[in-house]
Amino acid sequence: MERLMQMLSDYNVLAAFWTTIQLTVYGAIGALVLGTIVAVMRVSPVAVFSRAAALWTNVILYTPLTLIAFFFAFGVLIKMNIRLLPEPPATLLDQHFAMGVVAIAVYHSSLVAEALRSGINTVPLGQAEAARALGLGFGQSLREVILPQAFRGAIAPLGSTLIALCKNTTVVATISVTEAAALMKSMIEFYSDLIVPIFVIMVTGFVILTLPLGMFFTWWSKRAAVLR
Amino acid sequence: MSAQNLLFDLPGPRARARHRVLAVVGVLLIAALVAGAVYLLRNELRWAMWRPFIDPVTWTAYLLPGLQATLTAAAISVVTSLVVGLLLGVGRLAAQPVVRAASGVLVEFFRAVPVLMMMVFAYYAFIYSGVLRGQAASLAGVVVGLTLYNGAVIAELVRSGVHALPKGQTEAGLAVGLTPGQTLRSILLPQAIRAMLPALVSQLIVVLKDTALGYLIVYAELLQRSQNLAANYGNIIVAFFVAGVIFVLINWALATLAHRLEAWLSTRQAGHVLHVAEGGAVLTGDETPAVR
Repeated sequence: MERLMQMLSDYNVLAAFWTTIQLTVYGAIGALVLGTIVAVMRVSPVAVFSRAAALWTNVILYTPLTLIAFFFAFGVLIKMNIRLLPEPPATLLDQHFAMGVVAIAVYHSSLVAEALRSGINTVPLGQAEAARALGLGFGQSLREVILPQAFRGAIAPLGSTLIALCKNTTVVATISVTEAAALMKSMIEFYSDLIVPIFVIMVTGFVILTLPLGMFFTWWSKRAAVLR
Repeated sequence: MSAQNLLFDLPGPRARARHRVLAVVGVLLIAALVAGAVYLLRNELRWAMWRPFIDPVTWTAYLLPGLQATLTAAAISVVTSLVVGLLLGVGRLAAQPVVRAASGVLVEFFRAVPVLMMMVFAYYAFIYSGVLRGQAASLAGVVVGLTLYNGAVIAELVRSGVHALPKGQTEAGLAVGLTPGQTLRSILLPQAIRAMLPALVSQLIVVLKDTALGYLIVYAELLQRSQNLAANYGNIIVAFFVAGVIFVLINWALATLAHRLEAWLSTRQAGHVLHVAEGGAVLTGDETPAVR
């Protein structure tokens, strides 16, 4: 017990989970924006856009997140020397964090796009036909009629994407961002006798993060579902 | 597919002209992005960086052993997660409330914990307990992590596969005098497993991608080997690019197989074909059974 207390004063578990939460929030916003753009491109009448969106979705779905994170950490940050944050206040570790966020956003954008596409498929054809009959163009009917309903129909798959995203933030431990999984690894390395309590503490943290998310999205998707 | 075509009218002459302009702009934009990335990486993409790949040693010493390790971990994990998934799935359908509740808690737990954390825990548990060492411990860590997570996903597949079957199947089984257990084993499960097949193949893609997490517990899979290769030749971008192409090709083949299976099954089976969303949520084509 004493050693457990000592370990908890050595390692800042809450700070690590705060990093996890930040990765989740920024990554989710990025993935939602990027994924919406990809989904709109996918259904657009211009063939170049829909092919590019399909290629993007498939290549990213078939690539491990670890590899995408490596590409941004080694390729973009180090080899291309692109810094996302202004350098004086930001440290190299902050730059790694920013690249981790980008990697998470890129990877999950393909899942968001797929979720939205399934949401668009739940909108009855009559809606699109009615919008066209009113004289709305592609952009207008998408903005005013299709997407608002598609988002409501896509809440459940978007929710499971968000939960997956929250768990997948652990992958950026491989590019030395000290989030929950990286902290757990170093704690286990230095306090080998406490391996079980450490696992229980860290797992509890994730359950606290993901369980309410799941319940919220189940409730919300039921509430927002378009009755047909 | 047809739904998407009906999102917009058949383009007239003016819309076609506009689309042509947009297409040109789109191609230029994409070309500019690619060209910019290639320009910034021009030193990394020199011929010298690609030359190691025509040397057979690069393949025999780095990439093929890495690929073999990746495939080994994935293959073992698929078999073990099938076993775990069937056990937990049948447990969730069991008549005894205690078994049902215990299986439910386990499934929810394994789905809520990040795979990487289970891998790290299992790896160090093997090391500290002295059961396994070195690469064996790494492989076991990867397999345990992947098995627990994917086993839970498969358990959910089994459960929703059975629930998606028409009620008459259970009733018929009970009516001819089979016990509930026999009904499950000989009538419901065979049909549910067939409906699961495409989803199981797609789950293979998830397993294969997640073997790359073994990097953190020093499992010498494809990414780790690519990095070793890059450390030797200083060609990190090209090495990762080649590893990425290998991953995409294998997973693309698996996805094609899953689509074929799904098309084949939908001509042979009245029930619903199941899908798994990333994150392990199971989707039936329709929430209600086809036959009432």
